[in-house]
Amino acid sequence: MSDTPLLDKLETGPWPSFVKDLKRAAARKPAAKDLLRQLDRSYKDKITHWKHGGIVGVLGYGSGIIGRYSDLPDEFPGVEHFHTVRVNQPSGWFYTTKALRDLCDIWDRHGSSILNVHGSTGDMVFLGTTTDELEPCFAELTAKGWDLGGSGSAMRTPSCCLGKARCEYACYDTMDLCYQLTQEFQFDMHRPSFPYKYKIKCSGCPNDCVASVARADLSVIGVWKDDIRIDQAAVKAYAGGELKPRGGGSPYAKLDVKADVTDLCPTACMKYDGGKLTIDNKNCNHCMHCISLMPQALRIGTETGATLLQGSHAPILEGAQMSWVIVPFMPMEAPYDEIKELIAAIHEWWSENGKNRERVGELMLRLGMRSFFKAVGLEPPAQTVRTPRANPFFFWHAEDFEAEAAGRKYIKL
Amino acid sequence: MALSKEELVEFIYQLVLKAQGKKQLKAMDLQKAVLKEHPDQDKTMVKFAIKELIDTGRCVYTYFGGSFVEIPHEEGAAKH
Repeated sequence: MSDTPLLDKLETGPWPSFVKDLKRAAARKPAAKDLLRQLDRSYKDKITHWKHGGIVGVLGYGSGIIGRYSDLPDEFPGVEHFHTVRVNQPSGWFYTTKALRDLCDIWDRHGSSILNVHGSTGDMVFLGTTTDELEPCFAELTAKGWDLGGSGSAMRTPSCCLGKARCEYACYDTMDLCYQLTQEFQFDMHRPSFPYKYKIKCSGCPNDCVASVARADLSVIGVWKDDIRIDQAAVKAYAGGELKPRGGGSPYAKLDVKADVTDLCPTACMKYDGGKLTIDNKNCNHCMHCISLMPQALRIGTETGATLLQGSHAPILEGAQMSWVIVPFMPMEAPYDEIKELIAAIHEWWSENGKNRERVGELMLRLGMRSFFKAVGLEPPAQTVRTPRANPFFFWHAEDFEAEAAGRKYIKL
Repeated sequence: MALSKEELVEFIYQLVLKAQGKKQLKAMDLQKAVLKEHPDQDKTMVKFAIKELIDTGRCVYTYFGGSFVEIPHEEGAAKH
């Protein structure tokens, strides 16, 4: 009889199963075999059998290694220790094939060979090794130019969208900023000295492909100050069906510019008279809906920088909290002194006043925005919303579907 | 009066040692304790004094729902 009868059932479904992959790894690695056996046991017992945290790490670092142990070591000796190693990812998650082979070879030698590419913080996550393999693994990683990422009550590894490397919407060089902030805050990444975690995510435009507004303590979201650039001939081409909506990435062959674009503008700042598109730019809230639908007709402005938002987090008891605008516009050019100084001031205020395990957003709620702005030397901006939407997910209502059935067109998102 | 680098390292070590087994201290707790006794102490020096304690292995970082600075001890969770 199989050791993992409950997990075996997951292989019978229509989708690819992680069980199949882990069974392949189990043929070479006892840790992967016992990982499956312990997971099956957890399904049966309806409780986790992992213990988390502790003392393990590499010399000099307080971050990057997350201790994990089985609470049934005699039954599952292969996962008696199953520590996680977080490896600082390159900006934008660009790797050469050689770099990936190097990383995989290192993990084959020192760990379970199981990887998570990438964890929600952004790091490459090596899952499962023993305490005595940590230092040799770290030595091999650093010899190849890699470093550990953040964990615990520390600056977490900053992450970013691919920005100007591949995207014309990028309002600043996200990869460069991410790299520079990673270098600037090395001490705080490797030596936990904060009340709790601090995450920075850099998005090049308000489409926010790294979901920074919901996931980062500090969201750096690219934005422009001047007018959206319009190519009226291309607008006509979209209206005539010569250009496909969303660069061909939508199920619709032809765009109804009024119904699909201007009527859905959240601030109603656009007009289309069948021949010419006009935008009242001072009322545009940079939602990106029109630009994303007609990328060849509409382009972001030329005076670009970033909006800084702070405070999002998702505590289990209180529920998710979106971040607040704290700086509506900041130019984002190297050497990025302004944002670096602001982050340092935020850390100072939070470290001074925060309780153990209190995120900076929770502290802002507890002490108030007035206290925050005063402490970090910022003017309160009009764009700060007192209560941002608490749920990072958008839920469609029944009437949306009814309206669509009645003829209102939506470009499917 | 501010402490010298060596005095500061020893001062912090003694704080951690005395708290061992009674209270887990975060890096910021240590900084606050230093500044309470020596208000003119440079905060950056405190950070580097903790770094020295960690780099020399006299103290270690631990994680128990938050990150703490402690005296090295046997890992309770590990089976030896």
